[in-house]
Amino acid sequence: MPARRLCPVLTALALALAVPALAQEQGQEASKTLEPIQQQDVQEQALDGEQIVVGLSRDRVAITTQFDGSEILVFGAVKRQAPIPESPPLEVVMTIAGPSTPVLVRKKERRFGIWVNTQAVLVDAAPSFYTVATTGPMKQVLSDTEDLRWRISIPRAIRSVGAPSNVLDSESFTEALIRIREEDDLYQELVGKVALDEETLFRTAISMPSALTEGNYHIRIFLTRGGEIVSHYTTTIDVRKVGLERFLFTLSRQQPLAYGLMSLAIAIAAGWGASAAFRAFKR
Amino acid sequence: MQIYLPIAEVSVNAFLVLGLGGIVGVLSGMFGVGGGFLITPLLFFIGVPPAVAVATGANQIVASSFSGLLAHLQRKTVDLKMGVVLLIGGIVGAAIGVFVFNYLKSQGQVDLFVRLTYVLFLGVVGGLMFIESLSALRRSKRAPVSTERRKRNWVHTMPFKTRFKTSALYISVIPPILVGLLVGILAAIMGVGGGFIMVPAMIYILGMPTKVVVGTSLFQIIFVTAFTTLLHATTNYTVDVMLAVLLILGGVIGAQFGTTLGLRLKAEQLRILLAGLVIAVCFKLALDLLIQPAELYSLTRIGGH
Repeated sequence: MPARRLCPVLTALALALAVPALAQEQGQEASKTLEPIQQQDVQEQALDGEQIVVGLSRDRVAITTQFDGSEILVFGAVKRQAPIPESPPLEVVMTIAGPSTPVLVRKKERRFGIWVNTQAVLVDAAPSFYTVATTGPMKQVLSDTEDLRWRISIPRAIRSVGAPSNVLDSESFTEALIRIREEDDLYQELVGKVALDEETLFRTAISMPSALTEGNYHIRIFLTRGGEIVSHYTTTIDVRKVGLERFLFTLSRQQPLAYGLMSLAIAIAAGWGASAAFRAFKR
Repeated sequence: MQIYLPIAEVSVNAFLVLGLGGIVGVLSGMFGVGGGFLITPLLFFIGVPPAVAVATGANQIVASSFSGLLAHLQRKTVDLKMGVVLLIGGIVGAAIGVFVFNYLKSQGQVDLFVRLTYVLFLGVVGGLMFIESLSALRRSKRAPVSTERRKRNWVHTMPFKTRFKTSALYISVIPPILVGLLVGILAAIMGVGGGFIMVPAMIYILGMPTKVVVGTSLFQIIFVTAFTTLLHATTNYTVDVMLAVLLILGGVIGAQFGTTLGLRLKAEQLRILLAGLVIAVCFKLALDLLIQPAELYSLTRIGGH
């Protein structure tokens, strides 16, 4: 057997021993910190040696004054040394997650004839933006165990440690969070929107709404067979305000007094300007 | 044309915001109200987060009030002396108001309290003005202009009397300071300039002539809202200057038209229109509290960045 053919086999053997332990560790870590998995450009070679090679239409999103949402094209290929394994068929699952923040979900109830906020549940970490795109129905492409470990589906991507004891139906609060954000296109479940050709080439387009928060957006791509993850890949897109947006935002945080006075100066100048212009116009 | 707002972090239609600013500007110039009680709900409606809407609304009111004030200064319909006296009370009141607001916040339910205060004050003020101006309108139709002097009430029996030349009043400084104080407290709690309370208070309690009331109210509002803007910018970072510029552009132009329009109308007509507006907003807010909302849940992001 020539050395070139031998090499992948040996690597595969070595990984066969190392990977399960590694994956488990990462799974635990993920459930502990609950941040989206943050390794950059990590390629994990799985048992049957299927690797992911990814291209993005852009690796940063610049929020300018005219920013009105953005579309990101994710395309890639499965690189393998061996022939395509027999069934089960290959599936692709892709997620994009924006920065997470705690969210307080409040519920209104009727008290003394008026609607008031009564109960509140703190969701410890919810991504500001989250999209899951798959090649097929969620149940078919991903087993529940893998979903739990990698926090892939939308409800799993949100962390809620526990509701106060006086709230009985805390699940309805996280459901409400998902419902409200889905209505704003901030959370999307794109079932079957990843195109996969010959179990090798895949691509999808993910649209991001205009109400984006700044930060690192983590992209994860998983290859699955029979619901089990055989390989995954993560990378990051940088979403940043630029130009005037950047300047104003930074000023408002770092020099709030100067920013406030500037706002007032603009207001007074505009008020005077309009008055003067109107007078000149009337004459 | 869509514009992305750097602080609010949403994209809005620039012309829509210009239009909103314009409408509020017309009302501001006409009635001498800042329009805070209108602009804030309108901004919620187009998707601006509440905290940003309140703070940026205050900034826009500074501009439209200033534009309106200049128009009134030209016509000499501003009682500067009265304005300063009201302002002294107003600033003390605002400080007390901020204290009360923070206390309520620590107790929870500050949202509800603010809404109830709105409904109560808008309802009472609007209702009283409406009834009064309606009967005044009827009276003026029946009998041609009665030049009877205003009746003397408790306002005229207090010490520290001063002459307010522009208002043609000789009264104690205590009532104006108290009015300013009360309006300041409410302004801080409700997050508005307080014009809609100030205007009727000046007419009915202090007995100032309607024409002078508008300009004087604008004078006082500028300072109160400028103070509020600075407070929001430095503590909550919620003033969106991009949004403010759009609102201001619409607002300052609107305010000029509003002032011209206001001077063409009779005082009674002006009052009845303002009363109608106040009642309409009150009705809308009351309805929101009484009718089951479409979405029972609401989200508040904590921290961020």
